[in-house]
Amino acid sequence: MAVDTALLAEAALRGPAQRRAWRRSPSLLAGGAVLLLLVVVGVVAPLVLSGRAETLTGDANLAPGAGNWLGTDPFGRDILARALVATRLTLLMAAGATALSFVAGVALGAGALLAPPRVRQVLLRVFDAAVAFPSLVLALVVAAVLGAGAGSAVVAIGLAGIPGFARLTYNLAQGVATRDFVTTAHLLGVPGPRVLTRHVLPNVSGPLLVLLTSSFALSLLEISSLSFVGLGVQSPQYDWGRLLNEALPSIYTAPWLVLAPSLMLVLAGAGAMLAGDGVARLVDPRQVHGAPAAAPAPAARRPPDAVVLGEDDDAADDAVLVVDGLVVEAGGRRLVDDVSFRVRPGEVVGLVGESGSGKSTIAMAVAGLLADGLVADARTLRLRDLDLLGRPPARRLATELGIVFQDPSATFNPALRLGSQLTEVLRVHLRRPRAVARDAVVAALTEIKVTEPRRRLHQHPHELSGGMLQRASIAAALTTGPALLVADEPTTALDVTVQAEVLRQLRRLQREHGTAVLFISHDIGVVGALCDTVLVLRDGRVIDRTTGAALRAGEANHPWTAALLAARPGTRQDRATA
Amino acid sequence: MTTATAGAAPAPAAPGNGHARAGRGSVLDLPWVRFAVRRAGGLVLALALLVTVTFLIVPLLPGDPARAIAGSAATPQAVATIRADLGLDRPLPQRFVEYVGGLARGDLGTSFRYRVPVADVVATRLPYTVQLAVPAIVLVLALAVPLGMAVGVLTRGGRRRRLDVAFGVVAGAVAAVPPYVLGTLLVVTLAIGLKLFPPGGAQTPASLVLPILALSLGPACAVARVVRAETSSVLEQEFLRTARARRLPAGRLYLRHALPNLLTSVLTLTGLVLTSLLGGTVVIENVFSYPGLGTEIVQAIVSKDYPVIQGIILCVGVLALLVNLLVDVVLGLVDPRTLTGGHHGG
Amino acid sequence: MSPFTPAGATSPEATEVPTPPLVHVEDLVVVLGHGRSARTVLDHVDLTVERGGVHGLVGESGSGKSTLAKALVGVHRPASGRISLGGIPLPRRGMRGRRAAGLPRVQLVPQDPWSSLDPRRTVAETIAEAVDPVRARVAPARARISALLEQVRLDADAADRYPHQFSGGQRQRIAVARALAGDPDLLVADEITSALDLTTQAEILDLLADLRARLGLTMLFISHDLAVVREISDEVTVLLHGRVVERGPTESVFARPSDGYTRRLLAADPGSPGFSLEAGPV
Repeated sequence: MAVDTALLAEAALRGPAQRRAWRRSPSLLAGGAVLLLLVVVGVVAPLVLSGRAETLTGDANLAPGAGNWLGTDPFGRDILARALVATRLTLLMAAGATALSFVAGVALGAGALLAPPRVRQVLLRVFDAAVAFPSLVLALVVAAVLGAGAGSAVVAIGLAGIPGFARLTYNLAQGVATRDFVTTAHLLGVPGPRVLTRHVLPNVSGPLLVLLTSSFALSLLEISSLSFVGLGVQSPQYDWGRLLNEALPSIYTAPWLVLAPSLMLVLAGAGAMLAGDGVARLVDPRQVHGAPAAAPAPAARRPPDAVVLGEDDDAADDAVLVVDGLVVEAGGRRLVDDVSFRVRPGEVVGLVGESGSGKSTIAMAVAGLLADGLVADARTLRLRDLDLLGRPPARRLATELGIVFQDPSATFNPALRLGSQLTEVLRVHLRRPRAVARDAVVAALTEIKVTEPRRRLHQHPHELSGGMLQRASIAAALTTGPALLVADEPTTALDVTVQAEVLRQLRRLQREHGTAVLFISHDIGVVGALCDTVLVLRDGRVIDRTTGAALRAGEANHPWTAALLAARPGTRQDRATA
Repeated sequence: MTTATAGAAPAPAAPGNGHARAGRGSVLDLPWVRFAVRRAGGLVLALALLVTVTFLIVPLLPGDPARAIAGSAATPQAVATIRADLGLDRPLPQRFVEYVGGLARGDLGTSFRYRVPVADVVATRLPYTVQLAVPAIVLVLALAVPLGMAVGVLTRGGRRRRLDVAFGVVAGAVAAVPPYVLGTLLVVTLAIGLKLFPPGGAQTPASLVLPILALSLGPACAVARVVRAETSSVLEQEFLRTARARRLPAGRLYLRHALPNLLTSVLTLTGLVLTSLLGGTVVIENVFSYPGLGTEIVQAIVSKDYPVIQGIILCVGVLALLVNLLVDVVLGLVDPRTLTGGHHGG
Repeated sequence: MSPFTPAGATSPEATEVPTPPLVHVEDLVVVLGHGRSARTVLDHVDLTVERGGVHGLVGESGSGKSTLAKALVGVHRPASGRISLGGIPLPRRGMRGRRAAGLPRVQLVPQDPWSSLDPRRTVAETIAEAVDPVRARVAPARARISALLEQVRLDADAADRYPHQFSGGQRQRIAVARALAGDPDLLVADEITSALDLTTQAEILDLLADLRARLGLTMLFISHDLAVVREISDEVTVLLHGRVVERGPTESVFARPSDGYTRRLLAADPGSPGFSLEAGPV
């Protein structure tokens, strides 16, 4: 259970939780109901059932039946009543232990964050060392010192939980403390402790709440386990663990004795688990953070049946890529609306637009790599003779359609060497032997001027610069001689000088291989410099068709294209000084 | 990112073309050596902490430790004997030095009850506990990783919501059942009810089955949930889209591309689960009257046999450290980046 | 002090006044990391920003431009060299804590509009904290908050909303408003338009130009984009791997770059006349 909470370390929080989320979380409702029920039982049962639970009667060792649903113990006491009455002591002890771990742990974790670096290092080392030991063993140490008993069990489990809480609080707070808004608060002159209470702790309160829930369950089970081995609650007091402990010796003759306390423990554990899951879902930014204000959904409109392509139809047959009436929807929202264009052999077609214009969605629809939940439809979507709307053979798709993605540091698998990634299509789809495939990739890397190509194959992606990785992407995509190269913002993540060089290499290889390219960019300058034909997109529609030459000359016949051109800082300056 | 400008120098750049690779000059720069140095520091600190804590058990006993140990009915002579035995008449620092010196010689003290060296007690009990813990650890991983990955793959991107919910509830519920309750229920049903396995002891290999099951099912479900969550998040990563763009067969996509990236985080968390599994062993042995360290330490605590308590806690602590070290080494083999990184997990 | 000092004579030529420059960085060396992983990020850097001027700092990733910004506000400590603001040496503790009397106020607007605003605090609470760092109470600062939001051309009803309800460009406006609340003598803008669309970037640049004209702000404007820097700055400094490779009045640097790297940087801008993909690689 402690494991689930570790997942939260990555859960940075975006906004205040939405109230409606409560309703969408059945596990939270179920878990909350179970825990609430236990609390009610803990309050009511000792008042009502103490007699049945503690009075010695002659009905010893009865099997479960009408009068005693879960049987009686060797002293004739009703087992179910005993388990219900024990709820109060069990919950109180668990609450006490959790409170101790939580308060001391959060204080230590937050203290470590405020402490001077040396002290902090020492504290963290100690937390780490303490976390490495099983908390139950730490609890046994405390129990050994304090002796068996309810109080010492609470202290034992509470103390044993402190290091984990401290470490997680520190990790969570540290994650928030490196964010800009905390730095800014420091720079504004907000005192350190106030930064902690005003900015850091509120932003980790969600994960801490989850931690609290699962920690409560864990404390409950561990205290019960101390009682179970005989080191916790002592007779005549009893909690669930003690009841289980008393049931164990007569497990052959009266196996039903274990049933009631086991059920209660399972119920409490599962309830806390469900509640923890629910809270975790509630504070998960992916659930809480609504989609950022996106372009409003255009009115639903089927693409017109009449095929009216924006270009002459004569060239249709030799087109490498035909996109006609492409529509992409996400849950009823239309991201791409009736987009049509062609890419001819050797042609570079650019899609340009701002964020949310649908340009990358079009590229991914062509590549058949749309994210889950996005559905594409079109009158025609084909690559040469390959119908991309059907289920094209994997081998042809992999070799005839090359793709270069945006962020080179994220598009390579960090765990694999470059050699195995770059040669994969050649080996898997074209069945080239390893050595042959490697030679082909080395040749391609040499061609695109990657330095020391053979050594690169043995390196991991993080050992290469962004520019080198992006060259390698392009080179690998071209090794199979694809008909079309889809390049989705291939230079956006790069420095400008690196971008210029990568674009030059792309341009040169495209010319030499005669590869058709579909080039996506937000930068109208880059698109103008590289592309033959340019489509300007806005809110999922093509609003202007122009050429790279026209853009280079600063000519625009659509106001939005003109606005995009005018927004370029260089252009603004020219206009201002002119 | 100091390296991003490397591409700016297009021409025949120098061999070291812009990256922060470790120089070949010093042995200290080799990743594994640096890892060992860093890890050794942590290990020494953890050991020091462990030894200090076990040593402090006796001085921390409330009141007169010798009286506490001997019990209220003991004669003054008996108390005096214990005091001399434990060296309680000598100052604390001196006793600590003697304690550490004894440990260095492999001397863990003498059991009050058995009148034999604690080292011997631990040595007879330890193999039993290892016999439980090691198969349980293997079983946890063997169950959790395939199960979690399969569910993660099947439910990717919001597919099969019912499976997702069912897995969440069932695995969560099993993970929430403490091993000793599961063990008790297994004994009642499989051992006493169906008589499939012996209910306790350590006479036959069959008697290991129930304790190992009781120990590993819960943690297996907990780890499976983590694996499932990690699988989902890895499947959303961009490099997986790149792999999909290569139209790879499903097996290759998931095993070759997704699995290695899962292992880093899963193993880190597994370290935590395994240490808590070690704690679970202590309790579970009591369910099955299994003659390992767990039953021994509980008896020792009840009968105030402090040298044995100290010895066993030291032993379990060292085991926990070894498990953590093992996890880190495996991590280093799987993902070399963790060797140089400062901190992972925790 | 009035929140918005009237503009007055703010032309950069007005430097014959015998006051010390607002920012004077001399021979600054900053080393990040410890022991074997230590890297010299800034290597003997000099920088002077005059009052009322806008100074552009250009460089690509790894050039140390953000480190210089953080050194100015005291986040990074110099390994050697001097930083003085208005002739007063920057204290060891930087801008944190109690300020030395007469030390000019510096406010930093960070790059990432998604992490620079606390998601759990409303815009009003965020700005109120800049007005009064210790108590951060909204009610007494209401009028001031409305005025500041108006400065950055946001509606007054933005005050009671949360950051996630705004777009990237609007968030940057809020960040600027918060910086103005501190009544700064110097505004350090660290890549504040890099995460934005071109049209949004243009709006923010217009806003900065407007604020400068109205408030006489002195600004250190940091960007990787030469064209943006050219539009907004009077003077420019080009950084490469932690060293200054070129500095001077903006127009002369752009017209007659003296350093090879500056020329390469200029030629790499797709909007510049010198940009071409046809030229073979060097």
